[in-house]
Amino acid sequence: MNPVTLLVSILLVLLLAASATIGLMQRKSEKDLGELRSRITSWWIMAAIFLSLVLSGKPGAILLFAIVSYLAVKEYFTMIPIRRVDRRIIFWAYLSIFPQFWWAYVEWYEMFIIWIPVYTFLLLPFRQVLTGETKGFLESTGRVQWGLMLFVFSISHLAFLYILPPIEGIGGVEMLLYLVVLTELNDIYQYIFGKRFGKRKIVPKVSPNKTVEGFTGALVATTATAVVLKFLTPFTMPESVMAGLLVSSAGFIGDVVVSMVKRDVGIKDSGTLIPGHGGILDRIDSLTYTAPLFFHFVYYLYY
Amino acid sequence: MWMKRLFFMLIVRPLLLLVSGIRADGLRNLPKDGPAILVANHNSHLDTLAIMSLFPVSLLPKIRPVAARDYFFGSPLRRFVSEKLIGIIPLDRRGIQKSGKTHPLQPMLDALDRGEILIIFPEGSRGEPGKMKPFKSGFAHLAKMRPDVPVVPVKIGGTDRSLPKEEALWVPFILDIDIATPYHYGNDIRDFIQTIERCFHADR
Repeated sequence: MNPVTLLVSILLVLLLAASATIGLMQRKSEKDLGELRSRITSWWIMAAIFLSLVLSGKPGAILLFAIVSYLAVKEYFTMIPIRRVDRRIIFWAYLSIFPQFWWAYVEWYEMFIIWIPVYTFLLLPFRQVLTGETKGFLESTGRVQWGLMLFVFSISHLAFLYILPPIEGIGGVEMLLYLVVLTELNDIYQYIFGKRFGKRKIVPKVSPNKTVEGFTGALVATTATAVVLKFLTPFTMPESVMAGLLVSSAGFIGDVVVSMVKRDVGIKDSGTLIPGHGGILDRIDSLTYTAPLFFHFVYYLYY
Repeated sequence: MWMKRLFFMLIVRPLLLLVSGIRADGLRNLPKDGPAILVANHNSHLDTLAIMSLFPVSLLPKIRPVAARDYFFGSPLRRFVSEKLIGIIPLDRRGIQKSGKTHPLQPMLDALDRGEILIIFPEGSRGEPGKMKPFKSGFAHLAKMRPDVPVVPVKIGGTDRSLPKEEALWVPFILDIDIATPYHYGNDIRDFIQTIERCFHADR
């Protein structure tokens, strides 16, 4: 069977199982499981949008990543404190998104890898100079650039992973699906193991829901899943184990780093865009770390 | 009227709902039909457009923002946009002395009697970004004269970042709109103004 068809079938079975389980739980339980139910409905919708655009071909897939990146960085810019002059800086920050994904589209690796962290990061302070407002320069520059780093530069690695040429018949599409499915499953594993066995908190101040048990359970489960889904990659057995460990731990770090951002500005959920999940930042937080790290793992091993 | 609908369908709603994004709370409190008075805080020209884009397009012809005649009818272009694309009811800011014999609130009463929905910014003007000014009493007088008409407080945030006063560059930020449950006029103008004002100072 074609690897992509196989994966889509597996996801379909998982989603059906989740919907069936929640239906049975609701019948037995007195409690209203509305929150959990809307979360699963959202998973259906997200999976449908994601898969149909990613599988529609290069323009659709890269457009999807660019839009996700735009929506995420917009949520971020909305929640950080800004000075009035920062509006213009943020305007330029938005303008850097399209080229970043264009470099991926035209497969210009050198430009892709320096556009945000070199050119944009050098340009924005200059734009700050033109505003003439010296007070709060460093804070503002730091805030805007950090947002671009996490939600544009990191997320754009999905696009470059997607366009990587095939190896032994396995192309970027398969590896992109591998990364995204592993990252999202890792989030779910952390949630399930944390709910079921969670006792010792890892970073109580940043994220009270993260426990040692949740993290370890997810580490094992994600690595096992990484091995099972190996058919989507050119990896050997040891490489897929390493990929699992990498995605699981990087996913955890991405999650708590974005929580740190939200704590700093005093917000719990970044938005209401996805019912049951919060904002788009809450859904892609783990990807901000897994996307670049997994990309370089693959790039180093195979390209 | 078709111009107003097209303007909202093709320009305003795509820009505000998709590019900028609106997080609306209490949408069920939005009147399904007129007459009604929406009372909102004011920071930006976007306020009016954002509130209007929450309504279904079919109801748009009935939505009438109340705005200063001297500014919004100040040039032919502004007049065209205000009159044809937005459908404002012009208000004479200087009041009875200048506007002659008719009561300055008469056009708004007529609109309510036609079953239209007014949007009123009782701060009077956009003012300093993010700061609330004390409310003027116009909306309360309208509510007193038409006690059956519900008054709906609408709190808007984020428009002062997106497009503040004296800036021409629109920058996308998510807008927050909180629609409170409707109020009806009680028996005292000052009390009523205070009740409505309190909705805007309360924490979300």
